Amino acid sequence: MNNHVLRPLLVVILLVVLVLIVRAFYVPKSFGVHQRGYMYGWYRDANVEDWKKFKVKYQGTDYCKDCHAKNHETIMMTPHAIIPCEDCHGPAVDHPSDPAKLTIDKSRELCLRCHYPLAYPTSGRANIRGVDPEKHNPGMECSLCHNPHKPGLEGLK
Amino acid sequence: MVHGELWTAKELFVYPNEYIYWSVQIVMYPFMTGLVAGAFVLSSLYHVFGIKQLKDMARFALVFSFALLFAAPMPIVLHLQHPFRGINVFMTPHFTSAIAAFGIVFSAYGAIVASELWFLYRKHFVDIALPLKEKQDKTLFEWFRFIIFCTLTLGVYDVSEQSLKRDEKAIRVLAAVGIPVACFLHGYAGFIFGSVKANALWMTPLMPVIFIMSAIVSGIALCMLTYIITMEIRKFLASRKKTPYQMYQSREELKSAEINVIKMTARYLLFFLIFAISLELLDLIFRGYTAVKSWDVLRSVIYGRDFTDIFILQYLVGNLIPFILFLLPGLTIRRALLGVVLVIFGVFMMRWNVVIGGQAFSLTFAGYMHYHLPIIPHDWETFKEGLGGALAIFIMPFALFWVLIKIFPVFSFKESH
Amino acid sequence: MISRRDFIKKTVIGVAGASIPVAALELLTPRRLRAEKEDKSRVRWVFLVDTYKCVGCGMCVKACKLENEIPYDANVTRTWVERYVTTKDGKVHADTPKGARDGFITSKIDLGTDGSLDIRKEDIDKAFFVPKLCNQCENPPCVQVCPVGATYQAPDGVVLVDRSWCIGCGYCIMGCPYGVRFFHPVYHTAEKCNFCYHRINKGLQTACVQACPFGARRIGNIKDPRDPVAKIITTERVAILKEEYGTKPQVYYIGLDKEVK
Repeated sequence: MNNHVLRPLLVVILLVVLVLIVRAFYVPKSFGVHQRGYMYGWYRDANVEDWKKFKVKYQGTDYCKDCHAKNHETIMMTPHAIIPCEDCHGPAVDHPSDPAKLTIDKSRELCLRCHYPLAYPTSGRANIRGVDPEKHNPGMECSLCHNPHKPGLEGLK
Repeated sequence: MVHGELWTAKELFVYPNEYIYWSVQIVMYPFMTGLVAGAFVLSSLYHVFGIKQLKDMARFALVFSFALLFAAPMPIVLHLQHPFRGINVFMTPHFTSAIAAFGIVFSAYGAIVASELWFLYRKHFVDIALPLKEKQDKTLFEWFRFIIFCTLTLGVYDVSEQSLKRDEKAIRVLAAVGIPVACFLHGYAGFIFGSVKANALWMTPLMPVIFIMSAIVSGIALCMLTYIITMEIRKFLASRKKTPYQMYQSREELKSAEINVIKMTARYLLFFLIFAISLELLDLIFRGYTAVKSWDVLRSVIYGRDFTDIFILQYLVGNLIPFILFLLPGLTIRRALLGVVLVIFGVFMMRWNVVIGGQAFSLTFAGYMHYHLPIIPHDWETFKEGLGGALAIFIMPFALFWVLIKIFPVFSFKESH
Repeated sequence: MISRRDFIKKTVIGVAGASIPVAALELLTPRRLRAEKEDKSRVRWVFLVDTYKCVGCGMCVKACKLENEIPYDANVTRTWVERYVTTKDGKVHADTPKGARDGFITSKIDLGTDGSLDIRKEDIDKAFFVPKLCNQCENPPCVQVCPVGATYQAPDGVVLVDRSWCIGCGYCIMGCPYGVRFFHPVYHTAEKCNFCYHRINKGLQTACVQACPFGARRIGNIKDPRDPVAKIITTERVAILKEEYGTKPQVYYIGLDKEVK
C-alpha cells in the first residue's frame, strides 16, 4: 500500500467491525428501545415477562377463609379483623401442599409491633391500647392468656 | 453480608439501604484516569506546541501514558459486582449514562495513543524486524521476537525519508487531536460524579473542569517522578561503567540533562496546580455563600469530620507545601522528588475527599456514614475493595511500563545523536 | 469456480456487512425514538401512603422481604418505615431500625454508632411514621445513569432491574435521591422495589398493601378515572418526596410533614 499512514485506522476499523459482529450474536433479540424511548426505555423486553413470572407467596385472607372458615368468622367479629391472616401465620405460598403447616409467629415482639405504647400525637399508633412489656408478665407469650382471634378481655383463656 | 456493610459505620439517621457503595477502587479510578490524561497532555506539549525542552520527557510520557491506559479501567472492573459482564458497556451502551460514554471515549483515546506510538516507533520496529527476517536458523526466542515485531509493523516496511516525514506529521495531528480527547476522557470521569444530582457534594458543573486540572497536575507529577527514578537508575548504571551500558551518556551529562528537564516540567506543573486549586476554592466558597439546603450537612463534613483529610492532607501537605518547594529558587532533584510525591498524594486525597467525602453524609442530610478501609484482607471482596486492591492498581502501570519499554525503548542511545 | 481464499474473504465481508447495519442502527433510530411520545398504555401504577394511618408495625416490611426473597436478616430492604419525633425544643429525631422490619417496639430512637436516645412522652410535640418505597419516578434518574440498559421503566411506569444484564457498577444506587436501591446479597445486582410487579400484573395487591392492617398503603392506576386511589390523588391534597430533584415521583403522601427527609 502506498500510504501507510492509514494503517492504524484500518486496524481500528477492523476492531470496530469485530465488536459489531460479536454484538450481533451477544445481545439478546428483544433488546432495544421501547415505549419510554432511549433514555428510560432501553432494555431487554423479555425481562418484563421474567418479572411477571416471579412466585407469589402471600395469598391473602380470601385464600384462607374457605378452609379455615371458623377461625375467620371468629376474628372478623373483633378489632383484629383488619389483620390479614398471613401477618401472623406467615405467607401461605402453596399451602396446604407446600408448606403443609405454617409456622405461627407467637413471639411477644409480634404483638408489640402494634401494642407497645407509643402515644404519638398525629399518628394512628396513639389510638391502639398498649402495654409496657417490661411490667406486664415479662417473658411470657401473649397467647398464653390472650386469644389473638378474640383479643377482647372476654376472650381471655 | 450486604455489599458495603463491612466498611460502613452509620451515625444518626441514615436510610436503611445506604452504604458506602463506592469505595477505594472508585477513588483509584479517577486517580488513574487522571494520570493517563495528564501524561498524554505532557507528551503533547512537545509534539504539538514544539516545546523543545520537553523532547526527552515527551517520548517517555507517551509510553507511560500507554502503560497507565491499561491500568485505568482496572479499578472499575475490580469494583463491578459482575466483572465479566463489563463487556455489556460496549454491547448495549446506554449513552445517557456517563459511564457508557466513557467506554467509547476511552477506546477512542486508546486508539489515538496506540497509533501515535506506532508512528513514533515504526522505524524501530522495522529496524528490528528486517534483520531478523534475513537471518537463517532463528532461535525460538528470535522467532518470537520476529513475530511480535513483524505484527507491530502492520506490514509497512517503508522507512524512506519521505515516509518518516509523513509519520511526523501524523504524530503531530494525533497529538493535537489527543489533547481534547484526553481532556474529554477525564472530564467524563468528573462528569460521572458531577452529574449525580442525588449527591449534594458531587453535583456541580465545575466537577469535570476540576478533575481535568488536577488530572494534568497528577499526570505531570507522576511522569516527573518516574523520570527521576529511571534517571537515577541510569546514573547508577553509568557510574558502574559496565557493558552494555557504556553506550549510555556519562553520569555528568545525564545529571545536567535531568535537572533541566525537571525544571522545565515543574513550571507546567505549577501552572496547572494554580488552576486546580483556584477552581476547588471557588467551588467551596460558592457553596458556603449560596448555602442551599444541603450546606448544613456539607459544612459539618467539610469543616468538621473531614477537616484533616481536606485541609491538612489535601490542601496543606498536597498543595501548599509542594507549591512552596517548587517556587523556592535553586530547585534540586531531591526537592523536586519530594514535591512531586506530595503533589501526587495531594491529588489522591482530592479524589478521596470527593468519592468518600461525597458518601460521608446520608441522603437524609440528618446522618453520617464513616468509611473504614479494609486493610488486612480476609476474603476476595475485602482484598479488592481494600488497601491491597488499591496498591495493586497503583503498582500495575509501573510493571506494565517495564514490559512496554522492551518494545518501545524510551531512552535515546548516544549513537543515535 | 470460487477459490477458498476468495470464499473466506467474501464470507467475512458478508458477515461484517450484514452485521453493521443491523447492529449499528439499533442504537438510535429516529423512528424508535419517536415511540417515546406515542404513549399507548392504559396503565400507570401509582402508590398512595396515608401517614396518619400508619402505626409503624412494620408488617409491610416483613411481608415485602418474604414475598420478594430479600434475605430476611440482611440489612437492606425494598421498603421501610421511618419514625419522626419532634420534641418541644424544636429538634427532630428520626430513625428506622432494621428498616422497621420488626416494627417499633421501643420508645428509644436508634442513633446508629451514637447509641440510642430515649425521649419522654411529655417532651414530644408531634410524632409519626412514614412508610417509604420506590417512587417509580416518571423521570427516574437511576435509569438515566445505567450504562448498559439493565434498569428501565416498563410501559406501565414501574422501574425494573434486569438481573441477567446488570453489571453491578452501583451508579443507579448513587443516582437515586431516595436511597431505595441496594445490591441484592445473593444475586449481586442492583435491587429495588418494583411494586410487586408479579402481583399487580395478576390483579393482586402488592405484598405491603395486603399486609397493612390499617390501610395506610394503597396502590392504583392513575390513568383509570374510576380508580379510588387515582381519585384521591387527583381530587385531594397530596404531597410527594424531594420534589426539587425533578424526578416526578409517583408515590403520593397524605399528611407529609416538612421534617420528612
